[in-house]
Amino acid sequence: MIAHTIFFYIFSIIAVISAIMVTVSKNTVHSVFFLILDFISISCLFIMIGAEFLGMIMLIVYVGAVAVLFLFVVMMLNVAQQKNQWFNSEENSGHIPVGLIISTIIFFELIIVIGGWKYKPDLINSNNLSTTNEISNTHSLGQVLYTDYIHVFQISGMILLIAMIGAIVLTFRQREGVKKQSYLKQISRERSEGVEVLEVASNKGVKIDD
Amino acid sequence: MEYISIIFQEVYKILFLLVPVLVSVAMIVWLDRRVWAFVQKRQGPNVVGPFGLLQSLADALKYIFKEIIIPASSNKIIFILAPIITMTLALIAWAVIPFSENQVLANINVGVLYIFAVSSLGVYGIIMGGWASNSKYPFLGAIRSAAQMVSYEVSIGIIIINVLLCVGSLNLNDIVIAQKNMWFVIPLFPMFVIFFISALAETNRPPFDLPEAEAELVAGYQTEYSGMMYAMFWLGEYANILLMCALGSILFLGGWLSPIDIYPFNLIPGAFWLIFKILFLFILFALVKAVVPRYRYDQLMRLGWKIFLPLSLTYVVLTASYLFYFNLLPTI
Repeated sequence: MIAHTIFFYIFSIIAVISAIMVTVSKNTVHSVFFLILDFISISCLFIMIGAEFLGMIMLIVYVGAVAVLFLFVVMMLNVAQQKNQWFNSEENSGHIPVGLIISTIIFFELIIVIGGWKYKPDLINSNNLSTTNEISNTHSLGQVLYTDYIHVFQISGMILLIAMIGAIVLTFRQREGVKKQSYLKQISRERSEGVEVLEVASNKGVKIDD
Repeated sequence: MEYISIIFQEVYKILFLLVPVLVSVAMIVWLDRRVWAFVQKRQGPNVVGPFGLLQSLADALKYIFKEIIIPASSNKIIFILAPIITMTLALIAWAVIPFSENQVLANINVGVLYIFAVSSLGVYGIIMGGWASNSKYPFLGAIRSAAQMVSYEVSIGIIIINVLLCVGSLNLNDIVIAQKNMWFVIPLFPMFVIFFISALAETNRPPFDLPEAEAELVAGYQTEYSGMMYAMFWLGEYANILLMCALGSILFLGGWLSPIDIYPFNLIPGAFWLIFKILFLFILFALVKAVVPRYRYDQLMRLGWKIFLPLSLTYVVLTASYLFYFNLLPTI
């Protein structure tokens, strides 16, 4: 039990410190690396309370895919330059109040959620959660997710799909003058149509059409 | 006192697993070069030791004694962290590989997910190395490899779903035991082929070695590395390849099960069969390296997203409907 407590404190301290470092560190790429450290320590905490499926999915989805894309974007765009521009110029400071409003709303939401959980324990209905040890974590999650909450689950899937299509539509633009490559044509090229043997008359040369 | 003895026991077990893995990684580099050479009618490394078996050892010694050069304008902490992360991630995944029914370091419930998670983290070693070098070619190589590994993880994940549908458990031992009657390579043969090709792409092996394409990017993300740090990248890469071979043999080739379940073959320990299957898959990897030319980048992306993803998704639907229709779905 002592080991359990020690590990809990190690992981939670790393999680909190790296979460603070995400906002504090000046280099954006370092921020993303701290975010990854945060994700990893949170998934360790998930595994420690016995939610091994959630912990692993957290690792696969957030660390393995989402954070890679974050890193990708941060490395590709020169974010540091843009950030300095934002903070130095007067006209572009309009985004600060918006950010403040959003963060206040999130803060109050967190207070409501945590307060409700603290003072009204029957808010979370835990009747249909099986707590037996015989059935594995993954199976019990699946049983709840695909029976009682199937509609919510499907709707959230739909929302994600729509968001994905929306992102593609927003960023898609037809570029002019791009040469298209037909893979079928490239693969099915043969010697007979690619090479031709010509009799070249002396001092005449050959005319090649592209 | 109790804790100390537990820790000693675990360390002993870990060493007993790690040392053979590291030695076999060194041997497998030799095997890879040897197979590659034989396909091209060369001799390959055959000077150091019998058949050149000690070549990798000689190489490792050379790397250890070389100077480690850290570029002046690099991000030093991340530059040093990158090879360490690559190597660590390649080695920790071996914790869940079952060598026989009881010979497994950690028999966890979500073994497949663990391996998948660790292999999806592997991309960080490469990105960090490429970015921290603060140089154009390593950065381009890192970006390419990030895109490539993320794309092919998707298809590997969906192929794993196919297997899981037939097993009904995420535990690697359960997956092996479920293949007692028939290896999954027979009903899921197309998935095996796609898994093999995706594993090539996931481990940056030729013909998908675009992250380090010598002709275009010098050596990709490894360009600025030297000495022991380069060797760590290199060891991590080969440990990852071995891991992918192990995963393939567990998911499709019956893991530690013997191919024929009759008297003399039963006596041979499961670890032997698993190693035999891993070697078989690895020799296939080496042959592909020798035979096939490198893919173009757009062809690589097209193969991952437009061919493998739809194919494996369709196969998930097929497998699920087959199992459902014939009432073969595994019970908990």
